[in-house]
Amino acid sequence: MAPMIAYILHKNGVIDDTALELKSAAEMLEPEAVPVAVVMGSKKDVEGVCQEAARSFATVWKIENEALSYPNAEVIRPLLSRILPKGSIVLMPHEHFSMDLAPGLSICQEAAYLPDAVGFEAREGQSLRAVREEFNGMVRTHVACDLTQGAVITLRPGAFTPNERKDKSGQIIDKTPEAFQEGAPTLQRRFIELVEAEAGDVDITKSEVLVSVGRGIEEQENLEIIHELGKVMGADVSCSRPIVDAKWMEKSRQVGTSGKTVKPKVYLALGISGSFQHLGGIKGSPFMVAVNKNPKAPIFHVADVGVVADILDFVPKLSEKIGEAVK
Amino acid sequence: MEILVCIKRVPDTSENEITVNKEGTDIEREDLVYSVNEWDNYAVEEAIRIRDKVGGTVTVVSLGSEETEEVIRREMAMGADKGIHLMDPALEGSDGRGIAVALKAEVKKGGYDLVLTGAQADDGAGQVGGMLAAMLQRPFAALVNHIEVTGADTLRIGREIAGGNQEFSEIRLPCVLSIQTGINEPRYVGIRGIRKVASVEIPIHGISDIAVPAETVGKTGARVKRIDYFTPQLGKGAEILEGSDEEIIDKLIEILKSKGRIK
Ligand SMILES: Cc1cc2nc3c(=O)[nH]c(=O)nc-3n(C[C@H](O)[C@H](O)[C@H](O)COP(=O)(O)OP(=O)(O)OC[C@H]3O[C@@H](n4cnc5c(N)ncnc54)[C@H](O)[C@@H]3O)c2cc1C
Ligand SMILES: Nc1ncnc2c1ncn2[C@@H]1O[C@H](COP(=O)(O)O)[C@@H](O)[C@H]1O
Repeated sequence: MAPMIAYILHKNGVIDDTALELKSAAEMLEPEAVPVAVVMGSKKDVEGVCQEAARSFATVWKIENEALSYPNAEVIRPLLSRILPKGSIVLMPHEHFSMDLAPGLSICQEAAYLPDAVGFEAREGQSLRAVREEFNGMVRTHVACDLTQGAVITLRPGAFTPNERKDKSGQIIDKTPEAFQEGAPTLQRRFIELVEAEAGDVDITKSEVLVSVGRGIEEQENLEIIHELGKVMGADVSCSRPIVDAKWMEKSRQVGTSGKTVKPKVYLALGISGSFQHLGGIKGSPFMVAVNKNPKAPIFHVADVGVVADILDFVPKLSEKIGEAVK
Repeated sequence: MEILVCIKRVPDTSENEITVNKEGTDIEREDLVYSVNEWDNYAVEEAIRIRDKVGGTVTVVSLGSEETEEVIRREMAMGADKGIHLMDPALEGSDGRGIAVALKAEVKKGGYDLVLTGAQADDGAGQVGGMLAAMLQRPFAALVNHIEVTGADTLRIGREIAGGNQEFSEIRLPCVLSIQTGINEPRYVGIRGIRKVASVEIPIHGISDIAVPAETVGKTGARVKRIDYFTPQLGKGAEILEGSDEEIIDKLIEILKSKGRIK
């Protein structure tokens, strides 16, 4: 049986929620397996995280060193490949850090790489049948991943039901000496500093109603109709990433995994396709209205109410009627 | 600086509805509009800016079918100096690893200081750049949204991380970086620009030109294979409002009122 490894993310000494998703995914892959949780970080951070992980995992490998106080994938990758047995199946959540770490790790391990899995369907011997998304969720695919030489698999956060049972009192094993036996890896990429995102003129994380616009708006000039709707509704205006990339709105108005996490009561998604990175920034299940000209847009899977329409046409009419209604 | 940018030709998701074909073997490819992968376009723009500042050349490389030449030419019209087209029957059906194997051989052949990829492709998952770097044993950074040349063999780079925060590092050349959208504003390419490069020769490299063994690429080399495509059925889905615009708007206003969102 291939060793099953769950790479645990943590921040400021707090374990990431995805740890429990990794656990249930590991159990789906190999019900008999005893997945090992791997926790790396500075002494100050790892202790609590290891103890928390040990409530869910029977074995926890701890690697602590000051060189790990900031998670630098270029340091972590060589250390991991020193301690991970060849043929391991390594699970981690698909997000900014793993996009940096995981593809290269699969090469170091001579293992297959299965990125951003949203489900596992079946395992036949050394072949895993998994589900992936393409084109921002417009279509899905079944893929066969060959596990013969091990695999590095990243999981879409939220796609696997977390295993909440905390019935273990796992053993914490210090793997630091083994990881650093050959000394620290030569540093080719040195972390300098973290720059926090700038605060903008409005704080959309506090908004109760958000009128949110995406690439469907087509031109910068058209944004006027969105601001007008925001005004008549007394709502704040937010957006998806392409609007910020085009420099049409400030970064502080971007909703998503690389933007703000918002918790409004009502969310209007106008010309937004509904990528997981966008939806990842919307919490607290708001009442969602989506307007999109493509009836197959993935946003309609998650919205409560949908309108299939051209926003350039529909939004001005909506603003006018609301304007009359509130008069 | 000698810069190589890896680009991919993909169906343009802002121009097309992507649907599954009847048999579920592929997406419906008829009438699709293709373009260069959005992330790669930012990468080419960044390469051109670096070259214009510190000198050197920008080469774009793409692995794909005959039609791939269009996107190579488009990025040359943007300002890339050279193009390379990787094409060979043995490369068909490659997974991310197979593509990285071929690109690695091309990098070795050309001896580039800086290799840029997109952070991800619309039909990929952000794997080729990181794999390529590991195969070349060069330092790597994913989701780069800032690059400054700070020395003969050092760059100061910004990486995007969660919440829109930015992580700054110093990285040594030669290296591989995957570029995130928003790093710059890619220039517009007009018809005139395209015409200028219309007759430039773009060499085609097959696996023998780059000394890649056939079994390491293509379907045989692939460890992750697509079985089929399907349309996701998720949740209960939205209640789609029907009727004329006026009727829909009235219904919507009723709904928003009931949510206490308009008085
Ligand atoms: C690491 C990483 C982090 C990311 N972080 C974020 C993030 O924080 N936030 C974020 O939003 N994205 C993020 N993205 C990008 C994300 O993957 C998508 O590319 C993005 O969300 C798409 O934005 P969109 O829906 O506005 O555009 P598209 O996907 O292009 O969708 C546009 C939609 O508008 C519709 N449309 C077009 N014209 C009209 C019209 N006239 N009327 C009505 N509808 C129309 C189309 O049918 C389509 O559904 C991230 C990507 C990566 C790789
Ligand atoms: N066929 C290809 N030819 C050249 N570069 C590619 C190809 N496929 C992927 N890439 C590069 O790798 C990046 C990430 O793609 P992916 O790993 O498929 O998401 C792309 O943005 C390109 O820069």
